Amino acid sequence: MAEFEINESVDITDVVCPTTFVKAKVALEELDEGQILSVRMNDGEPVQNVPRSIKEEGHKILKLIDNEDGTYDLIVQKVGE
Amino acid sequence: MAVDYATLKKGGFMRQKQKNNFSLRLRVVGGNLTAVQLAKIAEVAEKFGDGHVHLTSRQSVEIPFVKLDDIDKVKAALADGGVEPGVCGPRVRTVTACQGEAICPSGCIDTYALAKELDERYFAKELPHKFKFGITGCQNNCLKSEENDLGIKGGIKVAWKKENCISCGVCVKACRSEAISLQDGKITLDESKCNYCGRCCKSCPTDAWEQTSGYIVSFGGLFGNKIAKGEPIIPFIEDHDKLMEICDAAVQFFAENANAGERFRSCLERVGFDKFKEKIEEVYYG
Repeated sequence: MAEFEINESVDITDVVCPTTFVKAKVALEELDEGQILSVRMNDGEPVQNVPRSIKEEGHKILKLIDNEDGTYDLIVQKVGE
Repeated sequence: MAVDYATLKKGGFMRQKQKNNFSLRLRVVGGNLTAVQLAKIAEVAEKFGDGHVHLTSRQSVEIPFVKLDDIDKVKAALADGGVEPGVCGPRVRTVTACQGEAICPSGCIDTYALAKELDERYFAKELPHKFKFGITGCQNNCLKSEENDLGIKGGIKVAWKKENCISCGVCVKACRSEAISLQDGKITLDESKCNYCGRCCKSCPTDAWEQTSGYIVSFGGLFGNKIAKGEPIIPFIEDHDKLMEICDAAVQFFAENANAGERFRSCLERVGFDKFKEKIEEVYYG
């Protein structure tokens, strides 16, 4: 997706709830405000819940990309320090 | 003088198997107590009970081993901390509720405010048999609304706001009833599949859903000797005052039609769900 310049990626397909969100949150903490993170997650519970949890933390969700292999990439822009 | 157990029971004093000992049920609304109330309950349990309390299955608190002779003293002591006895027997019981929208991220309605309102409206109202209200904030149904004679479940009715949508696709995956599809940047909502859970709008990063909170009501639930799930007879209720009218009509139907000692469910089955539905629809569409 050319419309986003991704600064960092994190794969949370190797963990289960609630570690999925925690791993994504930790990755976001490493970034500077305005930078973009791509979070790879599994279909099912992670993709149902993680985007909402990230939104509730105040970050900006830009896109959810279906990789068509049972995983999704959530593109998130960090908001706040 | 003979002990009037019926009056004691009405006032929340439940006779124990141990002679002259009562388990005092307290009035708790929506499962909330203040720290001041809790401290008073602890003090009374220590002084007049045996130092423990029981948390009931319907969010109340009971203080066991209260002695018959101490009943007035116990009531006075509790009143000092803003605590009242609850009720038992054939009347409207404790109104139960989950934490709801005021606290829970999943909540769609203010369950506690509604529980207080129902409690003020109906608490201890005499009826042919017990009548239980239960309020749950969302489809997660932590409070098991359909177990109650009248169950209320919060929901959110949604409509897509095209101008705010960035076609990110989050709502399509957040929806658990496959009601939302995204094609060529356009969202389609299949309203027949929507269960008003609100997950789409709660997860939406750009507030691209118009939201209307409301209520899904079920009637005639039982979870005791007989088990039956409350039935949703009418569609989603958007208006708070309409909900109150529906509750009034259900309670009135029960009062007018049930035999003494007959639960709402049994009354509905005997008199006919159709007849009840007719009454409730009159109010709903009226």
